[in-house]
Parts: sequence; C-alpha cells; structure tokens
Amino acid sequence: MANEVCLRTLDLERPWLIEQYQSRGGYEVLKKILSEKTAPEAIIEEVKKSGLRGRGGAGFPTGLKWSFISRNAPGQKYVVCNSDEGEPGTFKDRDILRYNPHQLIEGMVIAGYAIGATCGYNYIRGEFWEPYERFEQALEEAREAGFLGEDILGSGFDFQLHTHLGAGAYICGEETALLESIEGKKGQPRYKPPFPAHFGLYGCPTIINNTESLASIPMIMEQGGEWFADIGVKNSGGPKLFSISGNINNPGVFEIPMGTPFSELLAMAGGMKDGRKIKAVIPGGSSAPVIPGEQMMELNMDYDSIAGAGSMLGSGAVIVLDDTNCMVKILERMSYFYHEESCGQCTPCREGTGWLYRIVHRIETGQGRQEDLDLLDDVADKIAGKTICALGDAAAMPVQGMLRHFRHEFQYHIDHKRCMVGVG
Amino acid sequence: MTTTTAKETSELFTPEIRAEIDRWIAKYPAEWKQSAVMGALMIVQESNGGWLTTELMDQVAAYLDMPPIAVYEVATFYSMFELKPVGRNKICVCTNVSCMTNKSDLIVEHLEKKLGIGFGEVTEDGRFSLKEVECLGACGGAPMMQIGKQYYENLTPEIVDAILEGLE
Repeated sequence: MANEVCLRTLDLERPWLIEQYQSRGGYEVLKKILSEKTAPEAIIEEVKKSGLRGRGGAGFPTGLKWSFISRNAPGQKYVVCNSDEGEPGTFKDRDILRYNPHQLIEGMVIAGYAIGATCGYNYIRGEFWEPYERFEQALEEAREAGFLGEDILGSGFDFQLHTHLGAGAYICGEETALLESIEGKKGQPRYKPPFPAHFGLYGCPTIINNTESLASIPMIMEQGGEWFADIGVKNSGGPKLFSISGNINNPGVFEIPMGTPFSELLAMAGGMKDGRKIKAVIPGGSSAPVIPGEQMMELNMDYDSIAGAGSMLGSGAVIVLDDTNCMVKILERMSYFYHEESCGQCTPCREGTGWLYRIVHRIETGQGRQEDLDLLDDVADKIAGKTICALGDAAAMPVQGMLRHFRHEFQYHIDHKRCMVGVG
Repeated sequence: MTTTTAKETSELFTPEIRAEIDRWIAKYPAEWKQSAVMGALMIVQESNGGWLTTELMDQVAAYLDMPPIAVYEVATFYSMFELKPVGRNKICVCTNVSCMTNKSDLIVEHLEKKLGIGFGEVTEDGRFSLKEVECLGACGGAPMMQIGKQYYENLTPEIVDAILEGLE
C-alpha cells in the first residue's frame, strides 16, 4: 500500500518524462473530464468526498477551500500552487517536482477547470533549482502535447501555467505572503479576511494549495473520492508523503496510508542509527510540539492521533532524535530559525521570537536564571494567537512542547550551568 | 566617477539580460510588470558575480517602472539576494535541526578551517564565500550544503574536500 498516488511513477526510469507519466495513465482523467464536460461542481464534490486535507501543514479540507470560490463571478481567477517548501524537516514536495511534475500539472489544470480559472502559478522556492528545471521541462512537454495553453484538447478550455521562483524566505510559505511575493513585494502576510478565495492574487479570487494536495487530484478523479478516503482513516483521507529525517538509518520520503503506526514508518526508514534509543520526535515539521519517543512509538500517523498527543501532523515532516541530543540545544536552534524568519510585521512575533531565542541561548550557554523558564512560557503565550499569520504560533508551540516534556533538561542547564546529555 | 559607474552598469544591463527579464515579465498580467522583480534581480545578480549594487537595483526599478525603494525592499527581504560581494562559489551550509543532529557543525568547522573564513566572509582570492542558511528542504541528505545552483548531500569532511577541489 505504498506509493499509490504522488509517487506512483517512482519505479519507472526517468519518471519525470511525459511519456513515462502517460504510460501509467497520466492525463487520461483530464482528457475524460474535458471530453465529457464533467460539471465543475461534481469535481469539487469528489474532492470533498476524498477527505483530502491541505498537505502543506494546516490540514484544511481542500474540497471545501475550492467551494469558497464564486465560480461564475466575472473576471480572472487563479490557481496557485505552494511549492515554497521550507518548514524544517520537510522535503517531500521537492520529490514530487523532481520525479512526478506532470501529475502536479494535471492536478492544477483540473483545479483550474473546477473553479473557472484560466491561469495558474507554481511558486517554487528559489533554492530548488533542479526541481525548477524539471518542472519547467514538464511545462514545455505539456504545452507541446496540448494539455496546457489555449483550447486544451479542443475543449474550449484555456489554462496557462507559469513558474514563479522565490528567493529565500520561509514566510512565503504562508499563503497570503506568497501572493504578495508573486506581486513583486516583500513577503508579508495579509490580514484575513478577506480570504484569497475572494481577494487573492492581483485582487482576484484565488485558490492556493500545496504541491502534494494538487498532485493528489488526478488520482482522486481517476479512482474516485471514496477510494482515496478509504486508503486513510477517519478525518485523514488518503495516503500522505512523510519526510523522515534525523538520527535514523534510511531517511527519505515515504508515501503511506494515513493512520500507519509511527513504529512502522520508523522501521521503513531503517530504524535508529547505531541502535541508539529514541528520545523524541518532532512529528510534523519544526513548528509541531515535540513528542517523547516512547509515547510516539504508540501513535499513528494521522491528524487525530498526533493531535491527541498535543502536537500536529503538519506537513508530515518527521524529525527523529536519539538520546545523544540535548533538547535545550535543539530548541535553541529552532528558536533562532523563527527569529531569523519572522517577517517583522507584527510586534509580538518580531520582538517575541528574539526574546525566545535569547533566553534559550543563555540557558544553553550556562547563563540561565531560574525565572527564565516561566519567562519563556510567558513570552510564548504573548506571541501565540496575537499575530496576523501563524508564524508566531509556529515559534511559540515548540517552546511550549519542550517545556512540557523536557523541562527537567532546562532546569538541569540552569542549576548546573552545563548539559545533562553527554555530548552537550 | 559617477559616469564610469553608470556606464559600467549599462554595460551589465545588456540586451541579453533585458530579453531574459522580458521572459519573466511575459508570465504576468501586463499591468503587473512588478511581479518580475525577483526574477530580474536574480538575473542581474548572477551577471554581476553574485551580488547586487544600488545601480543595478535602480536599473531594475526603471525597467519595471517601480520606485527604487520598492526594489530595495525586495532585495533586502529575501535571503538569496546579496548586497555585498560574495565568492565565485557561494557555499551555503544548512545548520537547521536535521542537519545539526547529523553533525553539520563538523562540516562548518571543516570549511572554516580549510578556507580560513567564517560565515559572511570571502576568501582573499575571491574563490569562496561562506553563508549559514536555514532549512533547504533536503533533510533526508543531512548534512547538506548548496553551492551555486547545486545541492550536495550526505556530506563528510572528505566529500567536502573533493567537491571544493572541483570548483574554479
């Protein structure tokens, strides 16, 4: 039950070529939709039925998001793909772009047809040069084959698709910052509402979905929403790509059914390196609160299971840490990241992320004070929920998670001015 | 001096570069030339040895009908734009969590010792510069670095040596 959707061409040689994609039935469902003139509403209904939830991290139901667009409103509408993969620990969209770009293109054309958009952009992070070139090559092939452009396959439906390259800013993974970035500005998130479905790119109705979400669409339409939903579990339809990294033998990207036990995923990834003990897992990208290893071994990889343990499935980026890691040092690095990447727009985040980093840094370097633990909690609390976008929450959550489960390590650092883990 | 700089700049802003920028402009609605600013800055940065001068940013602003300040905002916001000279090979090392727990600090230490420079510095011969970067989305190959457009993964000090040797 692995590699059934986004990675289904991975076993082929040069799977990124259009003929390889078509050898697995690629673009057939697009042809069918266009020739049968499937009702757009029926497509949105099918996506809703699939239980597909946004794979970028927020987990918002994709079909519902699409239904917010007033399809018949006059003027341009846009489909935007978020390939600005940057949540630490996440490296799955890179593989879709490199190995199965045509499935993403097909998904975007279907999305355009469903919401009445004739233009789309794929925002790829600027560092992803190889994936960008692969995607550009795929665009050329798709245009040549008549799957993109004007009057696609004689259906009267037009869809133009372009790549926009980022230039290094984590915040542009936030959907409205991404839109600002395409508009040629600093990537600072917009106040919502209005939501992109009403006021998106260039002020037009826009849907923004993650790479993996859009690349899942062709298989949902080919096999049916129910088929997709049944692969997963309740509230977590489908399979999902998990990027697993850290102190393990065989890190990589695995497409497995939602609800798969974490222990099985860890086994697929070759288990712990050097036979060491699992200490902690960050289950959904660095914003997801840490979960102690023993507890994680009992959990399943789906939204409800991970949420039940006080964390989140996020982008499916699983960072596995063994017992040689100092959790203060891990949090110090994560806090530095959010401080570095805060766009500077909202005071609680701009100033608060700096506070978080400086406090954790002084604890890590033996300068910590007893009151620092409460101060950390307090600062995190003053950021969370008080900013325009979720970066503030993303910075606060790991702090709260670390203090919940590994407070004793922070306390030891403060009391003894050194680390309790041998390697610290 | 001012005239020399202006002349040098217009030489950098060749018809080829204009044509490349025009390819970006063509992707966006006619009234949104500004959308091409990131593409344009990347192109002129590359043609200028990897960094942006104020004159180049001004040229981009004029070409895209943007106020210069709007271009400076973009150039200072995104981490891939450089506002001072970099090495012919800009070495970007990821030190985020997955790389850190796979000993990226040893890679950094090795590079610093070998090149005699720290983060944000350029070797005297201009061949290399070092930069610390945030997660580049290749955690499965940690520790990793990017040089130019290329990713290098699963690094060891020996592999780093072999990579650097192959660079001009």
